[in-house]
Amino acid sequence: MSEPGRHEWPLFEVFVRAKRGLNHVHVGSLRAADHDMALHHARDLYTRRNEGVSIWVVRSDDVVASAPAEKESFFEPSGDKIYRHPTHYTIPGSVPHI
Amino acid sequence: MTMEAELSDDERTFHRTIERDQRVEPRDWMPEGYRKTMIRQIAQHAHSEIIGMQPEGEWITRAPSLRRKAILLAKVQDEAGHGLYLYSAAETLGADRADLTRRLIEGRQKYSSIFNYPTLSFADVGVIGWLVDGAAICNQVPLCRSSYGPYGRAMIRICKEESFHQRQGYELLMTMMGGTTQQREMVQDAVTRWWWPSLMMFGPPDDRSPNSAQSMAWKIKRHSNDELRQRFVDMTVPQAEALGVTLPDPALTWNAGRGHYDFGEPDWSELTRVISGDGPCNALRIARRRQADEEGAWVREAAAAHAAKRQHAHREEAA
Repeated sequence: MSEPGRHEWPLFEVFVRAKRGLNHVHVGSLRAADHDMALHHARDLYTRRNEGVSIWVVRSDDVVASAPAEKESFFEPSGDKIYRHPTHYTIPGSVPHI
Repeated sequence: MTMEAELSDDERTFHRTIERDQRVEPRDWMPEGYRKTMIRQIAQHAHSEIIGMQPEGEWITRAPSLRRKAILLAKVQDEAGHGLYLYSAAETLGADRADLTRRLIEGRQKYSSIFNYPTLSFADVGVIGWLVDGAAICNQVPLCRSSYGPYGRAMIRICKEESFHQRQGYELLMTMMGGTTQQREMVQDAVTRWWWPSLMMFGPPDDRSPNSAQSMAWKIKRHSNDELRQRFVDMTVPQAEALGVTLPDPALTWNAGRGHYDFGEPDWSELTRVISGDGPCNALRIARRRQADEEGAWVREAAAAHAAKRQHAHREEAA
């Protein structure tokens, strides 16, 4: 980030809450000098038509992500645990409300 | 299936994703050619939005009413926004937006040839909204389903906003057509000048578009240039009739057999000329972009220095 010249502004990821009751959702990224400027730019860039009531900005290099290559070892353990799902259990149709 | 056996696991995963119409996401493995094509297309698109601010921006201070001025300001601001959504998508592929800007200024990356034409009267603002943004919508709606996730998502946002651009343009023209004879002549003159360049926005004819086949196979592109051009003509002719203007093409006629309008051949040598830098405004557009970049440098540096100073003070306080 301290590199002089063109690369002076770091990248930020932007998350917008569309309305109360919904989660913040990732909408894109932008360049800004600091967090305050990132928030203002996010407002101008991603909410020009009332798309949001709240914004988060996060430095992109602070995001830790799972690797696509590790998808199997990371997510597959939940695949064979079918007993975690309600449809795994057989209940007679005569039993109400279950 | 010998081909299949030669593919690596990564390649197989990539091709399966495309085949199943799923999206390729930033950290997925992708062929270098796909990455390069995607960066080139997204950058070119982003540059078009940014350069596209200029022809209409010239009319902001000369808009005939406060209402028109507010609309035009909002529209030009949208173009800036579209450029930034797209640079954001390009950065997910490992491109750096400052580097892309440098490539644009140095003429190493291109932008849509349409923005190299001048805006001679206020009617041009309306015609750009109606025809140029109309053609852009035809091109962009299928791109919402482009195989690269971040590009498709950027296009969804852009398409929603383009609809305002096209409607404000058409409304502006309807207003002028209801005015004086001179105003109607201004509209007709602008339509006559912009019609052929608008048709050229879809690119060269299919048999002269060398990159199309690979882009279609990768599902970056969903329809051919000629298909989209035909769709645009079919959409636009009834709109021109409703407006009361004449499209400058004597060959334009309804073909009941095909269920489409027949139309004349654009002058492809003009497109080649304008793309290669010899359009009416190429030098002006790039000079203006370079000037904005240079004149903005001190602001970027000052903001960075201010941020560094604040961070420093913050650290001292915490220590």
